[in-house]
This record gives sequence, structure tokens and C-alpha cells, in this order.
Amino acid sequence: MSSLSRDDVAKLAGLARIEMSEEELVNLSNEFTVILDAVARVQEVAGADVEPTSHPLPLRNVFRADVVVPSLTPEEALSGAPAQEEQRFRVPQILGEE
Amino acid sequence: MTLSYDDVIAKYEPVLGLEVHVELNTNSKMFCGCSTVFGAEPNTQTCPVCLALPGALPVVNEKAIESTIKIGLALNCSIAPFSRFARKNYFYPDMPKNFQISQYDEPICVDGYVDVEIETDEGPKTFRVEVERVHMEEDTGKSLHVGGATGRIHGAEYSLLDYNRAGIPLVEIVTKIVPGTGKYAPEVAKAYVAELRDILRALGVSDVKMEQGSLRCDANVSLRLIGAEKLGTRSETKNVNSLRSVERAVRGEMIRHAELLNAGGRVVQETRHFQEDTGLTRSGRSKEQAEDYRYFPEPDLVPVAPDAAWIEELRATLPERPSIRRKRLQEAWAVPDKEMSAMINADVLDIVEATVLLGSDPSKARSWWLGEISRIANDKDVAIADLTITPQDVAEIVALVNAGELTDKLARQVVEGVIAGEGKPSEVVAKRGIKVVNDDGALMAAIEKVCAEQAETAEKVRNGHLPAAGALIGAVMKETKGQADAARVRELLLGHLGQGN
Amino acid sequence: MIRNSASEMAAKLAAGETTSVALTQAHLDRITAVDADVHAFLYVDTEGALAQAAAVDAKRAKGEKLSPLAGVPLALKDVMAQKGVPTTCGSKILEGWRPPYDSTVVANLKKNDVVILGKTNMDEFAMGSSTENSAYGPTHNPWDLTRIPGGSGGGSSAALAAFEAPLAIGTDTGGSIRQPAAVTGTVGVKPTYGGVSRFGLVAFSSSLDQAGPCARTVLDTALLHEAIAGHDPKDATSINAPVPQVVAAAKSGDVKGMKIGVVKELNGDGYQPGVRARFEESLELLAKAGAEIVEVSAPNFEYALAAYYLIAPSECSSNLARFDAMRYGLRVGDVDGASAESVMNLTREVGFGKEVKRRIILGTYALSSGYYDAYYGSAQKVRTLITQDFTKAFEKADVLVSPTCPTTAFKIGEKANDPLAMYLNDIATIPVNMAGIGGMSLPSGLADEDGLPVGFQIMSPVMKDERMYSVGAALEAALLSKWGAPLLDKAPVLGGAR
Ligand SMILES: [Mg+2]
Ligand SMILES: [Zn+2]
Repeated sequence: MSSLSRDDVAKLAGLARIEMSEEELVNLSNEFTVILDAVARVQEVAGADVEPTSHPLPLRNVFRADVVVPSLTPEEALSGAPAQEEQRFRVPQILGEE
Repeated sequence: MTLSYDDVIAKYEPVLGLEVHVELNTNSKMFCGCSTVFGAEPNTQTCPVCLALPGALPVVNEKAIESTIKIGLALNCSIAPFSRFARKNYFYPDMPKNFQISQYDEPICVDGYVDVEIETDEGPKTFRVEVERVHMEEDTGKSLHVGGATGRIHGAEYSLLDYNRAGIPLVEIVTKIVPGTGKYAPEVAKAYVAELRDILRALGVSDVKMEQGSLRCDANVSLRLIGAEKLGTRSETKNVNSLRSVERAVRGEMIRHAELLNAGGRVVQETRHFQEDTGLTRSGRSKEQAEDYRYFPEPDLVPVAPDAAWIEELRATLPERPSIRRKRLQEAWAVPDKEMSAMINADVLDIVEATVLLGSDPSKARSWWLGEISRIANDKDVAIADLTITPQDVAEIVALVNAGELTDKLARQVVEGVIAGEGKPSEVVAKRGIKVVNDDGALMAAIEKVCAEQAETAEKVRNGHLPAAGALIGAVMKETKGQADAARVRELLLGHLGQGN
Repeated sequence: MIRNSASEMAAKLAAGETTSVALTQAHLDRITAVDADVHAFLYVDTEGALAQAAAVDAKRAKGEKLSPLAGVPLALKDVMAQKGVPTTCGSKILEGWRPPYDSTVVANLKKNDVVILGKTNMDEFAMGSSTENSAYGPTHNPWDLTRIPGGSGGGSSAALAAFEAPLAIGTDTGGSIRQPAAVTGTVGVKPTYGGVSRFGLVAFSSSLDQAGPCARTVLDTALLHEAIAGHDPKDATSINAPVPQVVAAAKSGDVKGMKIGVVKELNGDGYQPGVRARFEESLELLAKAGAEIVEVSAPNFEYALAAYYLIAPSECSSNLARFDAMRYGLRVGDVDGASAESVMNLTREVGFGKEVKRRIILGTYALSSGYYDAYYGSAQKVRTLITQDFTKAFEKADVLVSPTCPTTAFKIGEKANDPLAMYLNDIATIPVNMAGIGGMSLPSGLADEDGLPVGFQIMSPVMKDERMYSVGAALEAALLSKWGAPLLDKAPVLGGAR
């Protein structure tokens, strides 16, 4: 039966970058038991012979010409920035890979 | 405690894998119309698309597709009749959407190869490096780390982000594993990247400047005991920013792995960073816990399905393969192997060819670029390409020498002047007042003056002791500030002293 | 004046009987009078709207040739980027964000001189069927303020039903235009996928989202449809073909000889008796108007809901990753020594509501390694099967029809804690999005048991949108002559004066 433990949900929340309280983790884990049962029905009819559809229309080769168009001004680009400095987006320290 | 390289290869067989990222030189970005010009003011080349503002959508740059197909063809790949973009999901502040549009299980080019020739103990030998895939993706923005020590991430208090580079088209070229190189692994790795760079440059699809990051190499290395089947654990070394570093990084990793294995330890699968100063690698993020990128087909883009006609059209534009071109040039220029290698190693082939095409004879062009100009570049510790002197300048200088208007010695002064920024060769000649003294009258005056000053020496020559003439010629040359043609001076001097013929 | 249809307003403007400024002011006054009760709007752009209206009036005074809807006011769903105007998507995470650019829909509206009154309420990032998931409080159904106006575009549909605007823009990922239209007694159209540009529509589920017109009459939706539709080079999934002739179809309303297919699976158990009664009655009217009613079967539709609740969350988990506190929007936890990662985590915890988090986690799971094939992959196969069902059904019928939703508007709070019950609302609308075809909902009367509006859904093949307008117009005319007055005349009076 499809289900997600509290720890599974915690791992997914980590991947999705959402902090979650213990209560939220447990609640979601309970809800998912029901939801996953419902959505797992797709497996009943999805045979190997069926092609997946990722896009509703059979469009191909849609391109734009390699032409430069005006960018935003830096003021516009930074207009929503929670913090900025030296015409750059200021963000908290980045941990991890260099 | 450090193992020698010979110890390593006596016991282990290295297996290589190389991933090269190439920034294409399109005018606009991969998925938006922002300019790609290098070095612009921060965040002046951004728009809703490459900043990932809510609601913005990507549209594929056709030129980037063409360039990628050309790369695939040049690397002997098959071009997929149907390929798709996929989203690679992970959070990182330099990547605005928090996913990279890349390609996953449906890349545009697959199954190619590059033959590279290296010098071995048994003479030149060709190694075939098989290419698994060539796919399209997009570059990230650049972060500036503020606070802490050296602008590194560690110890930084915060970071400043510039998204000008975000969305510049990247092509990733991934090799299959390369076994069987034995002790030549570092050379093969270097030669592969060099060959790739030459091919890409010849295609005109990228600036291929390793130092500016438009060509970046990740070198994967693993070791296994000689004769063993199973592959060892690999490390992935990033940040390898020059051809020399590729070689050093592979060699360094081979030694590091061997030391670990000999001590009974194990190699950790991880990303490592090459450090230019020490030639060693430093541990980056451990990949023990594999990333889950949750790839899925990019729903905002439609598949790329190039038809045969388009592919053939692109194939028809492919330039001569660099290795074939080298053979052709070597024959045309009648250059021995050793000097050809010297030119290739010094990376002057293009510039010599350009000079020859401007009228210089091959041997003169070669000797200027490989000799005097290389020496000056070395002294200044810059690349030849970064000097102000051009093939046009060198061709002009060679022509002036051929016309007898410059001596070799004077020509060196002109080269110096051009490199010092004094202008074109003709301008340097004019400004410095450099000219060959061709006026026999002026030369005779100098000869008479010198013979009078050094009457005793002159007398010796007059009496048939010809070696003594050297001192007189030197004095005349000095008198004419080196601008005289020494051969003419000798001729006139000997005639003056009754030794002409 | 505000109870007129948009085309009647346009006619009065053209005849010089009123001005756009007067018309706009009348709607702004109406908003002031009733929106405290309805809460259809998140932002009213009084100045911008009046300035735009004055500009249209000036053009008209100069005798410039104007588009059919020039000077008519419109309510914009808050999921569309409009330059300089707050765009929140009903979420805390975007509070205060003002886009530096116009969506293509907004650019087209401006080009057609349609006056934008403001931004309407919605379920956060369009995830919901009741507009209860807005971070800014629910919208109330003008038919009964204790009930939901549908969702996610409940603000737009309520604004129409409350006469706060004659036109509105909605977006429809699984029914977010059609279901709100159904429960408010208004008309809503989800055009063929790719018929209207998605550029500037803040993405929920990219392969399903489609913007479309909402109004109180079929002709008004058609006029708005033509104003916003067309190929857009900024949207790679936009169709490069002429816009279907929907206005002509809505004007003719001719169904003689048309085959109308009743989808067997979208009726029956689970559908409220009053909903079924109105549906049967509409079928009879269409038959009387000359259409041939046939039955078609779509056996895979029963899996549509399950597939939808995998595909949409998967795409949304990726689309909503950009809301990370780095470049715009809310930032939480940026204290000394905090890392970018912890700021992202905290911001997304505080900035997203419960339903959004639920779907992001579900989508993250469905795409994760080891589960992709079982969930996302299988859902995409179901999508293929549903599309095949439609193809077969359209071999037998020119359009397909069904009730828009199984029930009339439910009470606010009634299903808030039962996501599955909530999801069932969209059972009849979702297949349309899965196949990328067109869908319309128009009012077919009131359910006997609760006196609330019932929607009638018409589905047309890809880029044959004109067909649903023909059928919609025919049914609308037949119902109007039966009722003697527009259905909305039966709605309770809000805020005093009519
Ligand atoms: Mg990559
Ligand atoms: Zn851009």
C-alpha cells in the first residue's frame, strides 16, 4: 500500500526546501496515505504499450532567432530584491559547494 | 610517503572520464534575448526569463541548436531525430529558477568519438576517446562572496549575485569511460581537451577560453588493479582551467587514489576542486548521499526534432578537422615533426597560418612567432594571443626584411616597438627613426673615419690579414647606430683597403 | 448600466451615450459598495483604470478606430503579471511584488484598450476549487455569501456575478475558469491549450494552465477571447495559427445538424439531482434547436483525477521552486549568520499555505528517483489514454457536453479539511485540460433543491473553439427565452442599489 512515513515527508520537505513542524510532518504523512491510494490508481491502466504524453499538443522545433533584445534596466531587475548591494542581489551566505 | 608516478602505474590502471562544458558564442542567451557579451556591468543583461520572474517562459535559441548539432557532427555523433529538454531540479542561489533546463535521457547528440594523438615511448600513438553524449543546457549566475578571507564561500558573511551569465547557452560533452591509456592517462586527457578545443574553435561556436570559463573541464579518475575487471570509485575534479591543469589534475588524482588504496583506505566518490597553485585537489561536497534531481520533460518547451535536410545543411558547413589540417599545413610548410609539435605546444599554429596567408613565408613566420615573440610573451608572462602584435604586423615586418629595408636586428627592434604599443611596424620604424643605411657615401665617410682612428688595424687588413677587418666593421656599425647592412659595410671596407675582388 | 453585458456597454460607448471614464467610475463605485461583502478584489487600481479610461475616451474623441471592447472595464485574476501593479497569486510569498513587465494577455488587453480595474482573488497559486486557499481571505459567492464562488478563479467569477466588472480574465488548469463560472451563474471559457499565451501567467502546472475569458454572456466571452488570443513568440507552446472565429460563432449560434455527444462517464452517481435535471433540460433545448444528441463513452476519464493530482503537483513542485527569497518576494529568517538554505526553508514555510505545501510535497515525491515511473510516468500514460478517448469521441460528435461540476456551490469551510472531497469538484473539467482541448461553462439554470446556479459544460476539439461558442450561444438563447430574463436577475441584491 502506498504511504509515506513522517521521515519520508521530512526528506521530501528537505528536497523541496520547506521547513516543517513536527505536527505538519505527521499530518501530511497521514493525509498522504489517503491521497496516494487515490492517485496510485493511474498504475492500473498505464501499460507498457502506452506512450506517455508530456505535452498536450504535438508541436516540434519552436525556436527564436539569435537576436539580442533589450534587457530590463538593473533598477527594474533588482526592483523586487529583498536586499541588494553594488547592483547585485544580496543573499545570505551560501553553504556547500564552491 | 608520496608515491612516485612510476609506482602508481606499475600497480594500477587508470580509467578516465571527461566532462567538458562549453559556453556557446551566440549573441543572445539560450532561452531569452539578453546579450551574452562578457564583462558587462552586473545585472544589466537580465530579463524576466533569465531572472526567473514569476510568469516568464523560455524559448529556445535556434543558433544554439545549430551549434550543438555541428559539435555533434564534428565529434562523429549521431544526431537524435527527437530530443527533449528536461528540468534538473535543485536549489542554488545562482540558479534563478532553482532548476536547470538541461537534457536528460533524450540528448541531441550521442555516440561519437575523438581520436587524439600523443607522443609515447614507442613514437606517436592514437587513442580513441568515445563520446557518450552532447547535450544543451544553460549557465548559472555568478556569486561574489563578501566577508571572510579570500572571496571564497567558506567564511563569507553573505553573497552578491549577478545574473548576467545566467542562461548563457552551455553544451556539455561527456565521454564514455576511457580505459587502456595506462601511464599516458594524463597526456590523453590533455590531448583530448586540446583537440576538443581546436575542433570547437574551428567550428566557430565558442570562444573556448579556459581562463574565462568558456571551456570548463571536469576530470573523473578512478584506479583499478592492473588486470581487474571492476572499476574503482571515481572522484570528479572540477575547476580545471587550463590544458596543463588537466594533465596535472589527472596525474595528481592518480597518485592520491593510489596512496589511499595502498594504505588500505578507500576512495570517496566526491567532487574535488583543483587548486592551480599546488596542483592538488581539495575535497568539495561529498556525493555519498546522491542528489535527487527529479528530472522530468520541460513542459514549457517542445521537442527538438531536426530533419535530415537540416542536419545535412549543417554538415556541409563543417570546417576541416584540426588533425587533418595540421597534417596538411605540415606538408605545405615542409616542417619537421619536432618543429610542428613545438608550434602545436606553443599554440601558435593559427597565428602562423594567418601570417603565412598574409604573404609571409612559412619559415620566417614560424621563427618569429615561435622565437622572439614567444620569448617576449614568456618574459611578460602573458599568452601570445594577449600581445598587441598581430599576424598582419609580422607579415609586414617580414616583407620589410625581404625588401632589404630592415635587417634582422632592426626587425627585432620593430617587433619590440609594436609590442610596446608604439603602433604598426611602419609607425614604429618612423617614430624610432629606424632605417637601413643604404647610402654608400655615408658609409664611406664612416669607414674612412674608422680607418683613420684605427690606422694600425687598417694597415693589417691592407696587408692581407682579413680577420682583423671584424673590429673595423663593428666600429662602423656602431658609428652608423646599427642601421647599416653589415655585408655592404664589409664589401666597401675591403674595397677601400684594397682587398676587394 | 453596470448590469449590461460588455457588448451592450461597448455599443453605448461607440454611440457616445457614455464614456469609458463614466463606465469605469460606475464599476469602481460598485466595487466600493459591495466588495467588502464579496471580497472579489485583492487590489483595485483606481488611478490606473481611470487613466486608461480617459486615454480611450481621448482616442475615441479623435475619431481613432477602436477595438470592439475598447473602454470596457475588466477584472484581472491576480495570477497575471501586470507591470507596476501588485501581483500576489493569492500568496503571502509574493506580497508586495510588482512585476517589471506585462504578461502577453495584459499587453493584448491594453492594445485593445480594455480597462483593467484591478486584480482578483484566487486560491493560492491557483490551487483549489473554492478560493478559500487565498492567503488574503476567501471570496464569497454573490448568490449566497456563505458559499464559495468556486476556484481557483473565484474572485473573477464573483466580480462578474456581483456586477463589479462585465469582463474578467481567468486561468484554468483543472477547471479554475469553468467551475467558478458554473457556481456563480456566469460564463467561462478555457480555450484550446496554446490558443492564448501563457507568458506572464504565473505557472502552476505548465502543461495544463490556460488563460481564458470570463463574462456574463457567451458573446462577451467570445469578444474577450479574440482580444487576448493569438500566437505569441514568447511562449514556445503557443499555437502559430489563426485564432478560431469565435465571435462569428457566438453571433450565429447555429447548431442545426451538429452532433452533440453526451459523455456517459460524466453524469450519474455523485452528481446532484438538480444538476442532472438542468443538464437534461438543456439537452432537450439543444435538440429542439436542431442538434442531434448522441452518447459517447470515455472509459479512461475515471483515471483523470488521479493523473491530474500527480501531473499538476509534479509540475508545480518545480515551477514554485523559484519562490526562494533570493530575488523577489518575501524573505524570512535573514538574521546574522543565517544561511541561504535556512532562509529559503523558513520563507517557504511561512510564505506558502497548506494546500500549496501539500501539492509541492506530493509532486516532489511523484518525481523522485524510484517513484517517477509509478507516479508521474504512469500519469502521463493516462494522459495519452484520455486524449485517445477524446479523439474517438470527437469522431462521433462535433462537441461533447456534461454538467460542469457534480454539485452547486458548497458552504465556505465545508470541505476545507477534506482534500479528496475538494478535488472531486473538478472531476468533469479535468479531462479537458489533460487533452489540451477547449471547454466552456455557461449557466443552465438553478438547482431545484438549493436554488443555486448550475453549469453546463461544452467541450470542443483542439483549435475548434468556435464550435463550443455556437452551441453555447444556441443554448443561452433558448434558456433566455425560457426564463424571460438573465439568470443573474434571480440573484439576491447586494449592497443596496441595482
Ligand atoms: Mg550539466
Ligand atoms: Zn534574459
